[in-house]
Amino acid sequence: MTLEQFAPTGVLVIIAVILAFIILMISRVFGPHKPSFRKNAPYESGMKPIGPANRRLPIKFYLVAVLFIIFDVEVIFFLPWAVSMNGMGWYGLVVMGFFTLILIVGFIYEWKKGALEWE
Amino acid sequence: MECVGLCDVVLNLGVRNQELARFLASLIGVLLVSGVPLLTVIILILAERKIAARIQDRIGPNRVGPYGLLQTVADLLKLLGKEDITPTAADRILYNAAPIISFGSVVLLWAVIPFMYWNTPEGAANAVVGVNLEIGALFFVAIASLGTLAIMTAGWASNNKYALLGAFRVVALLVSYEIPLVFALVVPVMFAGSMSLVDIVEAQSHMWFVFMAPLAAILFFISSQAETGRAPFDLIEAESELIAGFNIEYSGMKFGMFFAAEFLHVFTNGILMAVLFFGGYLGFFYKAIPPLGFLWLGLKGSLIYFVFLWLRNTVPRLRIDQVMNFNWFFLVPVSIINIMVTSLILKVMQEMGYAPTVFAESSLIGILPLTIVMLLKDAIIIGFILGRLGQEGRKARIEATHAEESLAAAAAGD
Repeated sequence: MTLEQFAPTGVLVIIAVILAFIILMISRVFGPHKPSFRKNAPYESGMKPIGPANRRLPIKFYLVAVLFIIFDVEVIFFLPWAVSMNGMGWYGLVVMGFFTLILIVGFIYEWKKGALEWE
Repeated sequence: MECVGLCDVVLNLGVRNQELARFLASLIGVLLVSGVPLLTVIILILAERKIAARIQDRIGPNRVGPYGLLQTVADLLKLLGKEDITPTAADRILYNAAPIISFGSVVLLWAVIPFMYWNTPEGAANAVVGVNLEIGALFFVAIASLGTLAIMTAGWASNNKYALLGAFRVVALLVSYEIPLVFALVVPVMFAGSMSLVDIVEAQSHMWFVFMAPLAAILFFISSQAETGRAPFDLIEAESELIAGFNIEYSGMKFGMFFAAEFLHVFTNGILMAVLFFGGYLGFFYKAIPPLGFLWLGLKGSLIYFVFLWLRNTVPRLRIDQVMNFNWFFLVPVSIINIMVTSLILKVMQEMGYAPTVFAESSLIGILPLTIVMLLKDAIIIGFILGRLGQEGRKARIEATHAEESLAAAAAGD
């Protein structure tokens, strides 16, 4: 039953991708096709590119991504709880309160540690 | 699963097989659903350019067709006729897949949006909707982050330093603004007791959620503006720093796809906000004349879209550290506190019998006490925040004056 719900979504995924693909194909058919070395070079304001562009990222971007994952997982716990709040009564609220407490303690620790600071 | 809605219509048209009818119905429905955003995007781009022009004291496009109505069509034809370039340094597969993912994900978002009321037998959705998913809100969150992924892929696969810098910023900005977005989304889900967007709209039939959770609505508004990468959060394509940001290597229709996806995403967020907080298709006579519901939804969505545009065209771009600090030190704590306080008040009032457990089966009188308490709570939180902001601002101004005075004194001493 639940999987059957997703069948139209699957159809929509296929249609959306095919649609986008068709639009790209139209432009490929109608547009000119005269590649040249200069045209296909990376655009860096007219300068000759120095070195590869796939360099290592500064660590702070990774840090933000890792912090995001922690919070996102917690958010995912919030959604089903919000749906079934009526059925769980006080027990659900207290348990979720503890969960949020742990989350807030972690958040304060990150804050004080300076992990959220962006220099 | 019995055959209802569009499936019933197909059965009546002469298709005997129920399985086939269901399949045909879902196919037609999906085509309709994906057709709506494709048509709207043509109007949206023109509307955006016209409104931006008005705000900047210009006229805007007015040459192609009456009042410039055909401008987007002309642009589309021009983009279709452009050369399809894949840079030699780029990762061919990812580079070409990124615009498709970006556009496809925005079209997918429209699957769960309920368009209008429809009276159907027991057990089915009481609305015209692509797919009435039980996890509509979660579906929205998941697909919206697919758009972020597409931008990240585009920046990485272009193999260009500007594009890569744009992709870095996506990781930082879009990803961290997703947290307050989802936290704000939890509040309507909590009120409705369901993640299905149809149920959320039904739960608002006596009182729109914006009156019960204005703070959540504001948080949702701010973070969805950031999610779409619009000013003041348009760091991912900051022209003065990164030329074009993540889409620098894209040209022709591939660029057009990103462009269309961005515009459509903003409008989709406006529609979604209308559904979550402004009652979706609810309005006068939405039950008697269902197409009127579609009009209400479009009207509410367009108004919110207009505010998005207004904001985009009036405020300057923020620095990345300002944007990140605003998110982590302001939006995230406020949204966590908002959820905790809201759930506590809701539970207490439900246990004491002052609030209904199922909003849709209540009445205006039944829901009024909860609304007043929630409104008071939000007013207190917002007042507290504004007070703190005022204090901080005063402190900063006093410090600035002191610094100026000491500078002047030093200059006089010389």
